[in-house]
Order: sequence, then structure tokens, then C-alpha cells
Amino acid sequence: MRDLFAVAMMFGIYSLLTAALFMDLDAADVAFTEAAVGAGVTTILLLSSLRLTGRWERRPKHSPLLPLVVVGVTGAALIYGTLDIPSLGDPEAPAHQHVAPHYIENAPKEMGIPNIVTAVLASYRGFDTLGETLVIFTAGLGVFLLLGTNDGARPRPGQTAIGSQPVLRLVVKVLIPFILLYALYVQLHGEYGAGGGFQAGVIFATGMVLYDLVFGDGDARLVIPARWLPRLAAFGVLVYGSVGLYALLHGRPFLDYTVLAEDPVAGRHLGILLVELGIGICVFAVVLSIFYALSGRRRQL
Amino acid sequence: MNLLLEGLSAACLLAGSFLCITGGVGLLRLPDFFSRVHAAGVTETLAAPLLLSGLMLQMDWSLDLLKVLLILMFILATNPTASHAMAKAALHGGQGPKDETAKEDKASIS
Repeated sequence: MRDLFAVAMMFGIYSLLTAALFMDLDAADVAFTEAAVGAGVTTILLLSSLRLTGRWERRPKHSPLLPLVVVGVTGAALIYGTLDIPSLGDPEAPAHQHVAPHYIENAPKEMGIPNIVTAVLASYRGFDTLGETLVIFTAGLGVFLLLGTNDGARPRPGQTAIGSQPVLRLVVKVLIPFILLYALYVQLHGEYGAGGGFQAGVIFATGMVLYDLVFGDGDARLVIPARWLPRLAAFGVLVYGSVGLYALLHGRPFLDYTVLAEDPVAGRHLGILLVELGIGICVFAVVLSIFYALSGRRRQL
Repeated sequence: MNLLLEGLSAACLLAGSFLCITGGVGLLRLPDFFSRVHAAGVTETLAAPLLLSGLMLQMDWSLDLLKVLLILMFILATNPTASHAMAKAALHGGQGPKDETAKEDKASIS
């Protein structure tokens, strides 16, 4: 398939199907992330980069035989690996024996929140999630360094790549407040329902991207200037890290949320809220800055 | 009352499923891009609300009901817009509708 637009669409459909599969396995949070990141934002970013690079893939110079062999061998190895995997839902599987029973038994009373996924992500595995946030921040830094943030960024209000679209404008105008509101809901309601900082940041960024696409190239920059974004991303990581340092300064282990309030449960609850806020801000800034960097450049061929 | 609700719900679900299937058939069988968008867009804009209202009739009064209602409103707003945007993009990309009658006229003239 040489039409890269079609490839981008295929990726989106694949992500949506994967999200449905996760949902079928009752992994609502993972499905949510996959739908928001994989099917939503990644497709938009791929399309924006296609605008810069062109639609058709060039004919490769090397023979396709070697990649085919590599993919075939890897696939066969993976299928061979599945033979040893315990069957789905097997209570004897190692994954259900190690720490999972502890989380399931103690998360509601130790954290005071019903969503165990959020409890594991933001509190039990706070270190891992700090690492993930740093990875996203590093990706953002890479984009800032490679593509820059400010060049080619003159806002052209009212001028869009897709021409004047009254119907789209009206519908998007009505929808955007709800999208942003929904992002805030996902952000602040993550302890009770599915969702959290990662999803909320992506949804909020999607709202801004939608605004930029429909209302004019660079219009979103008038709302959130590009020079804010590196600071916002760093601020998100800073919020996360300073929660950890605050605990250190009080003589407790890094990221021990119990120091944030008198009651340990309330402290953990507050800690999770703060940490999720940091993640949300960082993810939002990085996703939006990638979009700005791609949409601000002129096509170079 | 219960029977009435069940019946209404079943009718909605069946009608919705029927429209989904006809939309799918249309998507596969119709000749050009615009009639396909028409088949998919028009039927699914009605089918999804029918399916969702069929489900809503089976639910108790709760927050979940409101959430499904919100999804319904969202689909009602976005689905026609998406079809419109696709059709407009196709026109913009230079793909005009296939005009069968014009071809027949030409054939009959020559």
C-alpha cells in the first residue's frame, strides 16, 4: 500500500479495534487511553506530518525480502511464546499471584478511592509513572529541539487548509466547550471512573487541535502561545516531582503521600490528585507542541 | 407498562440493527463514493440513536441513562457532520459524483 493517507487511517482503525478489545477484557482505563491516544491524537499527528512530507510512499530501493523474513521470524517467535502463556482468566497465573491480590484487597481502604487502576498507577507505582511522565517530557524536548516551536508560526486567523466550512465551524463551536469540559471531568474524576491525567491531557489537546484545524491555521496559538508549551510541560513534571520531594523534606520516602494531610488516606487521595494534575499538564503541553511544530512548518519537498 | 417498554425497546433495537445492515450493504454495493457516504451516513445517523434509545428504554433511572443520552446527542451532532466533511473533502479533492444518466444520454446520442 503506497497511499500513506490510507495507512494512517488503517492505524486509526487498528487502534480503535484494539481499544474495543481492551474494553472487552474489562480494562476500561487502557481502552480509554488507546482510543484517545492511538485512534485520536496519533492519527491527527500522522496526517499533519503527511501534509509536510507528501502522500505517496516512494518505491523502496532495497528488496522487500529481508524485512519480510525478519517480520516472519519475529511473528513466529511471538506465537511460539504464546504457547507458554497461561490461559485468559486463569487464577493460578503468575500475574494474579504476585502483588495484584494486595492491590485489590487494600486499595479501596488505603487510598480512599474506588478506581484501583488509578491507585496502582499514581500511588503504588508512583515511581514508574514518574518515569513515564519523564519519557513524555523527553519526547516533547526532542520535538522542541528537532522541529522548534516558534518558526513559521504566524497566526493566520480565519485561513484554513480546508477552506471555509460553515457546517464544520458551527458544530465544532458547539462541541469544543463540551470536549474541554469532558477533559476536565476525566482529569478530576479519574479516581472514581475510568481515566486520569494521560487521557485528560490528550483530550484537552484534541480540543485545541480541532479548534486550530477548523477555525484557522495557527488560531490556537492566539489562545495558548507556543512559547508557553515548554514551560507548561516542565511545570507538569515539576508538580509531580515536587510532591515526591515534599515527602522527602518531611523525612519520609520519596512520593510518600501520607505527609500531605493529617489522615494518611486523605493524604494519599490528595497526592493522587496532584500527581494526575501534573501528568495531565505535561501530556497536554507535549501533544499540543508536537501539533504546533508540525502545523507551523511549510511543506518542504 | 413493563411489557410496553420491552416491546418499544425491542422494536427500536430491531429497527436499528436493520438500518445498520442496510447501511453496510449500501456501503459495499453502491457504485460511487457519494452514494456510499450517503448509505453509511444516513442509515447510521438513524441507526445509532435507535439502538441507544432501545438500550435506554431497558435501563433504570440513573446517571448511566443520562450518559447514554449524552452519547446519543454527541452522535447526532457528529455523525452527519463527519459525512458532510467527507463528501466535501471528496469534492475538494476533485472527485465528482458519477453521473450515470449523462453517460446514457451520450450513449443514446452517439
